[in-house]
This record gives sequence, C-alpha cells and structure tokens, in this order.
Amino acid sequence: MAELLVEMTGISKSFPGVHALDDCRFELRPGEVHALVGENGAGKSTLMKVLSGIYKRDAGTIKVKGVEVEITSPRAAQDLGISIIHQELNLMGHLTVAQNIFIGREPRGAAPFLLDEKTLNAKARELFETLHLKLDPRARVSSLAVAQQQMVEIAKALSFSSAVLIMDEPTAALTDTEIDELFRIIRHLRDQGKGIVHISHRLEELKQISNRITVMRDGRFIATVNTADAEIQQIISMMVGRTVFEATPELPEQRDPNVVLEVKGLNLGRQVRDISFSLHRGEILGIAGLVGAGRTEVVRAIFAADRPESGQVTINGKQVVIHGPSDAVHHGIAYLSEDRKRYGLALGMDVELNTVLASLRRFANGFGWVRTGATRKQALEQVQALAIKTPSIRQRVKNLSGGNQQKVVIAKWLTADTDILIFDEPTRGIDVGAKSEIYRLLNDLAKQGKSIIMISSELPEVLRMSHRILVMCEGRITGELSSAEATQEKIMTLATQREAVAAA
Amino acid sequence: MQTTSAPARSRAQSLLAGESIQRLLALAALVILLVFFSIVVPHFASTNNYIDILTATAVNGVLATGVTFVIITGGIDLSVGTGMTFTSVVMGIVSVNMGLPLPLGLLAALAAGALVGVINGALIAKAKLPPFIATLGMLYVTLGMAQVISDVHPIYFEGTQPSFQQFFMAKPVAGIPNIVWVMLGGAAIAWILLNKTILGRYTFALGSNEEATRLSGVNVDRWKIIIYAVDGLFIGLAGIVIASRMNSAQPGLGMGYELDAIAAAVIGGNSLSGGEGSVVGTIIGAFLISTLRIGLSVAGIPDQWKSVITGLVVIGAVWLDILRRRSRA
Repeated sequence: MAELLVEMTGISKSFPGVHALDDCRFELRPGEVHALVGENGAGKSTLMKVLSGIYKRDAGTIKVKGVEVEITSPRAAQDLGISIIHQELNLMGHLTVAQNIFIGREPRGAAPFLLDEKTLNAKARELFETLHLKLDPRARVSSLAVAQQQMVEIAKALSFSSAVLIMDEPTAALTDTEIDELFRIIRHLRDQGKGIVHISHRLEELKQISNRITVMRDGRFIATVNTADAEIQQIISMMVGRTVFEATPELPEQRDPNVVLEVKGLNLGRQVRDISFSLHRGEILGIAGLVGAGRTEVVRAIFAADRPESGQVTINGKQVVIHGPSDAVHHGIAYLSEDRKRYGLALGMDVELNTVLASLRRFANGFGWVRTGATRKQALEQVQALAIKTPSIRQRVKNLSGGNQQKVVIAKWLTADTDILIFDEPTRGIDVGAKSEIYRLLNDLAKQGKSIIMISSELPEVLRMSHRILVMCEGRITGELSSAEATQEKIMTLATQREAVAAA
Repeated sequence: MQTTSAPARSRAQSLLAGESIQRLLALAALVILLVFFSIVVPHFASTNNYIDILTATAVNGVLATGVTFVIITGGIDLSVGTGMTFTSVVMGIVSVNMGLPLPLGLLAALAAGALVGVINGALIAKAKLPPFIATLGMLYVTLGMAQVISDVHPIYFEGTQPSFQQFFMAKPVAGIPNIVWVMLGGAAIAWILLNKTILGRYTFALGSNEEATRLSGVNVDRWKIIIYAVDGLFIGLAGIVIASRMNSAQPGLGMGYELDAIAAAVIGGNSLSGGEGSVVGTIIGAFLISTLRIGLSVAGIPDQWKSVITGLVVIGAVWLDILRRRSRA
C-alpha cells in the first residue's frame, strides 16, 4: 500500500478556557475521499485548521508523506501541498476570478514589480480547461453566484498542485445539479491520486462520495470506518454518543379550522409572483423548493422586510397593512432568518440582551430605563424552557454553538409574544444532536397553538416536520401536498416545474 | 433554477457598470460647473481664472493622490495636511538652515514624508491601531514636530541653489506653473502603480477582503506599511509644492488640508469602505473642489458660504454614490 499522505497523531490544541482538541488522530491515503464528521464543537474544523497552518498545535506530530513536519503558516501548508477551502468563502469580491486565484503569485511583466495581466488570464484559462470548469477569468468575483464563487475557491486550491485538499461544508449553498458537478470534480481528483478531506453534516451525501468516515466528538477521535460498511444511524450514534430517536409530528386528529394567516396575490418582482396560501393555527407549513425559488423572498415580503408591490395579508380574519418589520412584530409575526449570525443575533452581545431584543419596550419604563431585573428573569426562564446550553445569560452569543444560537433567536421571538413564526432554514449549520432538539421545540410550539411556516432545503426535514407542504419554483407556488401524500419525488417534480410546463 | 455557466460579463463590462460611472458623473459635474460659472458669473471665463484653478489644485491634487492609496485599502489618513507642513519644514532646514543644495532638500522632504507614512503604516499594521486613530495621533505629532524643529518660525527660501520658487513656479508651458505638471506627473505615476504593479493589486485586494488576502499567503502587514509609505511620499511631494508656492515653509499651515484631500478622493468615486477607486477620479474631484471655490469667489460669494456649498457637494456626491450602488446590487 502506498504511504499515507497525511498522518496526524496525538494532536492537542487549547484556547483560553476551551480544550478544542485532545489527543486526536487522523490519516489520509492517496486516492481517497475521507469524510470528517462530528457535532458542532467536535473539533473537526479546528483539526483541519491545524493541518492547514492556520492554528499551531500544542502537542502531537504531523507527518506528510512519511516525513515529520512543522506547519507554521498557511503558506507553509501550501508549500507542503495542503490546500483548504473554508466554509466561508475567502475571496476578494472587487477583483477578478484570475486575480483571486493567483493572488500572491502574479506573473510578472517587464520589471519584477509590474503585472502581466495577459499571462495571468491565460494561466487561468489553462487551469479551467484541465478541471473542465466553465469560468471567465476576467469576471468580477462579486458578480458571480455562490456556486461559481465556490468553483473559484476550488480552482485556486487546486492551482497549487496540492496533494491534499480539505473542503469544509462545500455543499451547503449548492443545488443538487451543482453538487453533482462538484462530486464529479472530487472523483476526478481522487482518481488522480489526491487525498480529499470532506467535512460535512450531510450524511447521505457522504455515503455517496466518501471512502472512509472519521467521527469526532468533544475534541476527541472516536473512530474511522469504511463508508461501505457503515450505517447512517451508527455514525450518528458515534457522533452524538447516544441513540437519537426520530420524532414524527403528531398530527392533530382534526385540523384546527382557524386560519391565522391568509396571503392573497402577493407580488414582488420576479421572485414573488401571485402567491396565495393560508396558515392554520397549530400547523407546521413547510415550504420546499430549490435555492432561488423565491421562498425567502415570499416570507420577507409578508414580514415587510421588503415591501411587496401588491397583495393582501389577513391575520385572524382581519386584513392588515404591514409597512415594515416592526408592524409585522406588532401583529405577532416573527421571522427567523436564514443567516442567523447576520440577521438574527447581535453576536457581540450576551444571551440576555438578545432574548429581549425584539421586545425591549416592554422591559423599559416610561423614561426609557431598562429594567434589568425583568430582563434577567425573562432570559433565565427562556434558557430553561428551551434548554439553551450556555454557562450564563451573560455569555456572548457568538461563543455559543449554532444550535444554541438558534434557540436564542427562538427565545427572542417567543419573548416578543409572536404567534406566527416563520423559520427560514432552521437547522442550517446545526449538528444532528441539536437538530432533533430544534424539531422537538417546533413540535411543542405547534402543540401550544403557535403557527409555523418552515422553509427548508432538506427534503427529509420538510417531509418529517410538516403537516402540509407548499412547493415553489421560480417565484410561483407550483403545488401543495399533505403530509400523508408527500414524497421526495413529488416535491422535486413540483420544485422543478417551470412555467413553460403546464400543470396536469 | 440556477445555471452553472458563468455570466459573460467581462472586466470591461463590469467596470462600466461600476465605479467608472462615479468618475464619469464627477467629470460631468465638473464640466457642468465650468459651463454654469462661465455663463452665470461675469469675468469667470478667462484664461487667468482657468490657470488659477489649475494652480489652486496642485497641492490638493498631490495630497489627494496619496490618500487615494490608503482609502482603497479601506483605511484613512488624517495626517496628510500637517504631515505636508512637516516635510516642507524639513526641506527648509536642509536647504536653508543647513545650506545644502536644493536637490538634497527635495530628497529630504520626500524622505520625511515616507517616514511619516512608515510610522502610520506600522502603527496600523503592527500595533493594530484603527487607521483613524493612528493618523489622528500623527496629525498632532507632525504638527508639533514641524513647530519644534523650526522653532515656530517660517523658513524663507531666499538664495537657494538653484532658486526654488523660480523652478517650480516657472511657467514654460502655456503659462501654467510647473507645479501643475508635477501634480499631473505624480498622478500618472500613481496610476501606473495602482493599475500595473503588484503594489496596486495588493492595495485593491487588501481593501476588498483583508482576511482573504492574508490567508492567501500575502504578507498583509508588510504591504500595508509600504502602501502608507507611498502615501507618505506624496505627502512629501505636496510639501515641496506648497513650499514653492509661498517660497517658504510655514509651520502654522497644514491642518485642514487633509479634509480637502479626502473630499476630493470621495467625490471622485473612491469608496471609504475600500476595494475600489481610482486616481483619475481623485484628480477630477480635486478640480471640482477648486472650480467650485474659485467660481464662487469670482461670483463674490463670501467665504462662509463657500464652505457650506463645498460641504453640500461632498454630501451630495457620496449620497449619489450610495444610491447608485444600491440600485446596482
């Protein structure tokens, strides 16, 4: 057997107050796709950041192609043939594709400090040809779609002729077609003898693409298994350390006839076209569709984060006009956005403040003085009710894991006394263990009489959680399915049913 | 449904849709202003006035060119005004007090400017001070140092070898003083640096996404210091220009010039958040400010109102830019 590309043993790494990695090991063979899984906070990103030179390990050894090495910086890792593609894209938006790829290695012109743009673009084109990528080297990166920006990152990583490629959650923002394309490229690289580390939460995908899977938990190495031999449940158990039950929503015997929200003829640009639907009390209404179908745009229009051009919104039988988010909240609508770090939380502030953020007026007296006794009590109640894992309510929200951050967002909206909760991708970037807690929470809220709209791109999630499913495609609602009749195939058919095709 | 093929926008097309528009708008505004003043204000449309405008732009043009580099990286430099005074005083000390030949004095001014730039850069890159704070501090330091080394006395450039003012204020071409050509030459060099060299590429990269640039293996700290040093060289050049206009180094001058420099850059389309901008836009912005001031002057508008109007123009220019960006997004 050929020697290992990478062999990490006994790796430990601590940050102030946190043991991120404890005696971890990891190995990578040439010509393999090795998946790395674990809950948020398990240490997988940290381990790979050690390998790629972003962090320095506290203890342990790293061998690259059999030789023990010290990886002191990202540049050093690159020189050793190790490239990493982060979850958050690291691109300079104002520069072109070619300029991004070759930053720091620009071909020089007549004098060593002069640039040679022509050669730069030519080299980029060469690179794209070998990878069978369709990219324009002179396109400004900020004008590209996310999937293409990801391709730029991949091309950049590969332009170093790296033997090792680390990919952190590469499929999170991609559609199925784009994922197929990405997997084709990954298989091509694997066949060339490269070693690929694939970090992902999407276990079904890993079954398709990986040769082996390594599980980490709480900063420790748990096990490495052959993908062919492993069952998803087994992997989940190892990740979580306990068996996780799959809860199905308990369908109410008789659907509550009360319509809490009714939307008629909502229009906004090309993304929201003549949308009409209704939401019943205690219902979980799933909205499925491909990325770009307009689901987020629809709920943003209802919430008036973007003002709709036309349409009627009726709440509990009364027609309302919503001028902006504060109106929406006043009417009891909550919007838990897709990107909770950007739009849902004040990351630098603590749990207490974030909890009362949408209802601060209630906690202030006439002069605007905030009654901290009341806010403390509220925050403590919510932390208990939602089982938010945090050392204290004074903890800065940015230090919490994704799942707990999401719970803080939910706490905020519950504190604001909202009855209609719109969840946009509620479990994105959240590990398996925390996901099931969020699902349980959603079920509980529905049972308590809250009405929920849930946008999700994960079909299993939509199928499992929704009483009813609306499917959208290119700005229109293409179909409605009840929980009983819905299947992944039916949803996909409706999600790809474009305007030209007439509905049967 | 998303497609996987790349959009066919070439760099040229992107540019046209982007910041070039701001430059064109600034140019259009300048032309409109000139035409407006020519029609409305008696005695405005004369060769003398145009030359006055060019001359008045010389100092600010050089300062604004230097500050453009820093603004594109997403930073700012408040010390350019007092820094300029400092470099002119250094030149005065070398050429007059120490009696050394004029070329050495010029070199000293440039070196002094570069020194100020390196200190700014080091404070920002190594000590991690926010650019606003670091350069604000250096504003006071250079203001004070200029007064310290000159003992708070102006230094007059009489009898230097060769004659200082004679050279820079001579008007061999079309009656336009040489300092205008110095400014335009400086702008040309800056354009080459920004668009054709590694320095320029990293300036834009830093401004667009500093962390991504750092993770790509570029020594961000080192390049920041170099960029602020280049800014410093232009500060030195401005010191030479302003000293030549008055044939003296005046330690009491300088504070306030930085605002005009930044205003010129911003009006010309340089975004304070970094990543985009141009020297051409800056120069147009500098001309716009001078035209406005001189036009209003000839029209007999009192100084107080000139300030108000200049301020409104800056606000208007940036507002337009923001509206344009939002519609593009």
